[in-house]
Amino acid sequence: MTYIAKPKFHHPGLKKNELGYTHRDYEGKVSTLCAGCGHDSITASIIEACYELSIEPHRVAKISGIGCSSKTPDYFLGNSHGFNTVHGRMPSVLTGANLANRDLIYLGVSGDGDSASIGFGQFAHSIRRGVNMTYIVENNGVYGLTKGQFSATADRGSKSKKGVTNTDNAIDLVAIALQLGATFVARSFSGDKTQLVPLIAAAIRHKGASFIDVISPCIAFNNHAGSTKSFDYVREHNDAVNRLDVLVGRDPIAVDYAPGTVQMVEQHDGSKIALRKIDADYDPHDRLGAQTFLQKHAAKGQIVTGLLYVDPDAEDLHAHLDTVATPLNTLEADTLCPGSAALDKFNASLR
Amino acid sequence: MKPTDIAAPDYFHKVVDCQWACPAHTPVPEYIRLIAQGRYSDAYMINWKSNVFPGILGRTCDRPCEPACRRGRVEETPVAICRLKRVAADFKDDITQRLPRPSAKNGKRVAFVGGGPASLTVARDLAPLGYHCTVFDGDPQAGGMMRSQIPKFRLPNSVIDEETGYILGLGVDFKGGHRIESMKSLLAEKYDAIFVGSGAPRGRELDIPGRKEAAANVHIGIDWLSSVSFGHTDKIGKRVIVLGGGNTAMDCCRTARRLGGEEVKVVVRSGFEEMKASPWEKEDALHEDIPILNFLVPTAFVHDNGKLTGITFQKVKAEYDARGRRNLVPSGEPDQTIECDDVLVAVGQENAFPWIEQDCGIEFDKWHMPKVDPKTFVSTNPKVFFGGDAAFGPKNIIWAVAQGHDAALSIHKMLSGEDITERPLPEVHVSSQKMGIHEWSYDNDISNDKRFKVPHRDKVIALKDIRTEVELGYDVKLALGEAERCLNCDVQTVFSTSLCIECDACVDICPMDCITFTANGEEDDLRHRLKAPSLHPDQDLYVSSDLKTGRVMVKDEDVCLHCGLCAERCPTGAWDMQKYLIEMTHAGSACPTKSRSAA
Repeated sequence: MTYIAKPKFHHPGLKKNELGYTHRDYEGKVSTLCAGCGHDSITASIIEACYELSIEPHRVAKISGIGCSSKTPDYFLGNSHGFNTVHGRMPSVLTGANLANRDLIYLGVSGDGDSASIGFGQFAHSIRRGVNMTYIVENNGVYGLTKGQFSATADRGSKSKKGVTNTDNAIDLVAIALQLGATFVARSFSGDKTQLVPLIAAAIRHKGASFIDVISPCIAFNNHAGSTKSFDYVREHNDAVNRLDVLVGRDPIAVDYAPGTVQMVEQHDGSKIALRKIDADYDPHDRLGAQTFLQKHAAKGQIVTGLLYVDPDAEDLHAHLDTVATPLNTLEADTLCPGSAALDKFNASLR
Repeated sequence: MKPTDIAAPDYFHKVVDCQWACPAHTPVPEYIRLIAQGRYSDAYMINWKSNVFPGILGRTCDRPCEPACRRGRVEETPVAICRLKRVAADFKDDITQRLPRPSAKNGKRVAFVGGGPASLTVARDLAPLGYHCTVFDGDPQAGGMMRSQIPKFRLPNSVIDEETGYILGLGVDFKGGHRIESMKSLLAEKYDAIFVGSGAPRGRELDIPGRKEAAANVHIGIDWLSSVSFGHTDKIGKRVIVLGGGNTAMDCCRTARRLGGEEVKVVVRSGFEEMKASPWEKEDALHEDIPILNFLVPTAFVHDNGKLTGITFQKVKAEYDARGRRNLVPSGEPDQTIECDDVLVAVGQENAFPWIEQDCGIEFDKWHMPKVDPKTFVSTNPKVFFGGDAAFGPKNIIWAVAQGHDAALSIHKMLSGEDITERPLPEVHVSSQKMGIHEWSYDNDISNDKRFKVPHRDKVIALKDIRTEVELGYDVKLALGEAERCLNCDVQTVFSTSLCIECDACVDICPMDCITFTANGEEDDLRHRLKAPSLHPDQDLYVSSDLKTGRVMVKDEDVCLHCGLCAERCPTGAWDMQKYLIEMTHAGSACPTKSRSAA
């Protein structure tokens, strides 16, 4: 880790967003992770996405569990709300927070241990319920804090740093998320910010359960030959189906792509995603097709990245439960407790 | 772009903006670190080697380093480099044991015309090598314009005595009160070489109506200053007008305030902003209640039967032509007459060589300046060298020093039978500063402090005595604070392409967004694709060779804080912080030696 604080000075020519903030204003404390950790690049991507969307930091709640990945919310959005939960319990705390205050932007930050092992059930249920959130898994395939044992997402046949071969099957969180009904599913790579930043931005703008699996090489324990989550392996086997640009609000839509290569996706809030297709046949609106595509390519040892599935008309948990539009935590006592006359009326309706 | 050749001595030298801008290329960050460590004598000796007059320059230098200082591009103000130099001089111990010893004479004799900074620098470089140096000066003591023209309230005699003394103590023969009146007879004395460092001793005249009639109260600035310095003049009228906008004008007006001038005004032709005087000198004048009136061109001295009563000025305004050149044109307003008792004319200095006869083999150009080679400083007479103001007209002390070093090298080479046009390369040391995983042998934590003000003596006291130094200098605590503002630009970010795994850690941590990984391209194109806009195209881009992904690393050197975080966050050591120390070649140091250098 670094002992000095990151200097306050910033480049005098930094651009400011609509709120007058530079991207430096979205930083947190200096990272205590190992030098070169992929997680730090994801942190930088979240910072960049929030800056580009001109998000007010106090409108974000960042919630995490335990692990290297779950430490990272300390390193971005230093002026946002945060909750570092018990191991694997980020999804339930996030769900509860979301129910209490639907107006905040929820960032769930987790790792492969936190989400695919101890918190696997929690992960599944939050996705299944369609909680309006951006669920990011910083996936390095090892337990970094306990010195590099295989995690549940480590590929069968991949080798540990000591040369041991993994004999267990891997959990593909993207496949599970698709199966459980997530309405925004993507995979990316910490070493490819041009793909990752717009994915995070689009996920934040998505209303519903957004899930992004980010392959993030563990520089200390999983960046060797034989690993399937190393910088070199991911770069060699990365099969990006598309790239995207997020177009928000008044920004004019710049159509400077070759015709037929761009697909516009309009999200619930009016923001648009311009998808630049790399694989011409890939349809990001076909859940079943996405699942098949994913498994076929996984069998070939390829890592499919990009926006894999999006349902622009998705609904979230609040819509399912038909809750009031006002966040529950701001309802006053007279609304919550309308008096005995109202109770009598209600009881009468049930008789 | 081609990969940057960091082995070329100039590449990293340019990154050390202050050192690059300094004519003598003083290793500024190196001495500032020593000041921060309290090693004032070491800091002084680094200066002494490079610029010869640290105590004098620490009070009077024109500071070309400060506008260049990277800190000035990062926040509002540069590091107070000049005044830190004075700190080294103020707090050092006795350094006489560290000075070179007068060595056995080699039998070669060098004569010096004028005992100012240029001559003394040459003598300092040559005397330890065994040359017999004889310095002639019309004034009784050494120092030249440093002693005669700079007022004592800015530069006390004690500092001049000390630092000229170090040089004369090397066995240099100083002949004070001995003005050289004839180059021909000097040549006849068969010196092996002659160095002319006689300065630019003539103040420019202002030939307007009334000049002759009112002559008794119209004084040429530098002559008057010198007369004050030597105690021949000790008073002036109550109302004084100083004409001119350079540093000499500032010295004149502030001196006048101390000799009885109650209403002292500076009047300049140009606008206030375009004045030649350094901003801090203008500030000091304003602080002493001296107004500076601008856009006024003097047209006549007004007098009453030879007794000066004032000056008439034409009011002008600035107009810019298509090529952006400024012309001062009459504004059409009525002329203004300002009353005064005395006038000090400080409108420029000129060279004068009435003592160099035409048949000395020294050719002059159409501006009556000697033809001098700008690298070797030799004149058309191979035994006669020029330096300082005498060579290329009025500049500052630090230029005289820089030219003196080069001239000394030429003289040494010539008298060693070598080709003086072959200039040896500077000596460069590069060493990693890594001490542990995240520990460096320099303080990489960036101070957020703003520039510290140098304490001044109370104005009432300062104005009473012309010999009372106005600036008190930094105390130890202020000096430490100011030294901490230095960004250690000499500790370079060195990138090894073969070690890089393109993890982006350096890009993410860099507080100044200096680093970009992108496809290569032409410089103009690359500058448009950087993570943060390129604001100063004169600042180099550091470009790597091709990386594994086919991209290149591009670092804009412009606002790098040299905090070393890129190297701290690099998992493979592809970035390293390496101290780059460049020492210019002086006479006698042509063969680099492995001498121990301060950390």
